Amino acid sequence: MTDTPVLAVSNVTVSFDGRRVLDDVSFAIAPGEFTGLIGSNGVGKTTLLRVILGLQKTSAGTITINGQPRAKVHSAIGYVPQRVSVDPDAPLRARDFVALGLDGHRLGLRRRSEESRAKIERVLAAVGAGSFADTRLGELSGGELQRILIAAALISDPSLLLLDEPLANLDPRSVQEIVALLHRIAQDFQVAILLSAHEMNALLPVMDRIVYLTAGRCASGTTDEVVQSDVLSALYGHHVDVLRLHGRVLVVAEPSDDVDHLPSHATLNLDA
Amino acid sequence: MHWLFAPGLLASAPVRQALLLGFLIALTAAVVGVFVVVRGQSFAGHALTDVATTGGAGAALYGLTPLVGFLTGAVAGAGAMELIGRERAQRRDVATGVVLGGATGLSGLFLYLSATTTSSTGVTQRVLFGSLFSVSSAMVPAALLIGALVLVVMAIVARPLLLSSVSPDIATARGLSPLTLGLAFLLVAATTVGLCALAIGSILSTALLIGPAAAALKVTRSLRSAIIVASVLGVAATWAGIVLSYDSYTWRSSHQGLPVSFFVVALILLTYGLCAWRRARSTRV
Repeated sequence: MTDTPVLAVSNVTVSFDGRRVLDDVSFAIAPGEFTGLIGSNGVGKTTLLRVILGLQKTSAGTITINGQPRAKVHSAIGYVPQRVSVDPDAPLRARDFVALGLDGHRLGLRRRSEESRAKIERVLAAVGAGSFADTRLGELSGGELQRILIAAALISDPSLLLLDEPLANLDPRSVQEIVALLHRIAQDFQVAILLSAHEMNALLPVMDRIVYLTAGRCASGTTDEVVQSDVLSALYGHHVDVLRLHGRVLVVAEPSDDVDHLPSHATLNLDA
Repeated sequence: MHWLFAPGLLASAPVRQALLLGFLIALTAAVVGVFVVVRGQSFAGHALTDVATTGGAGAALYGLTPLVGFLTGAVAGAGAMELIGRERAQRRDVATGVVLGGATGLSGLFLYLSATTTSSTGVTQRVLFGSLFSVSSAMVPAALLIGALVLVVMAIVARPLLLSSVSPDIATARGLSPLTLGLAFLLVAATTVGLCALAIGSILSTALLIGPAAAALKVTRSLRSAIIVASVLGVAATWAGIVLSYDSYTWRSSHQGLPVSFFVVALILLTYGLCAWRRARSTRV
């Protein structure tokens, strides 16, 4: 049964106050695949991730994880939220937070086994967090915190890692480092990755699959299949051009009087 | 030892009882206090002391045991805050403020009625500022039991509570319910405030709940060390307060001691100042 997808999203629709935030979204991710969930701000990326996590109810559609209904599996998904709220004084070292990924959902104060502690060290080393493992969580830099969040999600041996905009608010060098780290982790830990981002270029070298989301609708496939003028024009509902330039991709809308229909994305990519 | 404090300290039954009660209550307050500070609920913690005051004042008016009044007040207040502020975190401050205002007004009425219609004197002083020396010995077993119960509950929920405090989303994704955990913790905090109110008076119980915990967080990095340091600081301040208050009988020619609650709170403030100063110095380097 190696063909069972890690994640299958089928015809998912989510409405808020009659407005369709996700409209009949379907795609599947195979084991170990690196998938980028790409779209501008406000197109429903976070909502989609929350649906997959079971934090958001759907109006229609189903989610299966490793072939099982979503409700039955908690440990199969590792989740990296966009931000965590930590006071600089909070008595929580980076390694303590990673340990919570292992047993934070369990009641009681059972002592962590030798095996658990070895695992914590292994994951900390895998994300390159050895040098700041004993720093307070609230005192870490953006890139350091991102590594710790990844380690905490990775430690429960998930088959799927969900990351909500992990590259936002990072400097270009940290973006490169985190992308390379995630690529290595996907291979070393045999874990599928679904990562949301509003900019795809940093991910082009590592993405096996792209889920391109706009105004609640999506197209999914390899980057070459999806990032095409005809596919994206159909998705946006008006003509857009896809330009490939020095290994980078630009999605450009035609000049139009109807500014409201421009993908805000297009301007964003032109700036890049 | 007599150069240090007045003779007969440990021979005195009220002192021995105060030391025992002070130990467990300070310990409970320190453990719960660390989570109150980590969750950023100091304001809610303080509001609980105001509703505990209402309960204590009501109990005094109707001749009930103060502990029952403090606990009922704090727990009912916690419930009210949760009901009003449930939907949005931003509303929580407003909910807390509304409950706090109403409760304090009611306290004023109860204390006024107690002072004018009953013959008991010093009700206001006793409810608001308490005294570890004057706790009825009949209440001690109940107080100790409740304190022990709070510690057991905290040991059970510590890890899920910590996870859901740092990231409610991760906690929910892992099958926890941050709302339920939050409500359970608020009730535990309310119970603790009730105990603190018995020890050092309802108005001052915030000091015992927040002070040692906040001081400990300035000088520790892990949850375990924070809880240990907070407990040591809380118990030390309480015991030292008891000793100083006992000793203060000999300080003035009138031979009237100074209130134990004052000494406890003053020592906690001093400790917090020292810890904050140490942290400020260590991070600047």
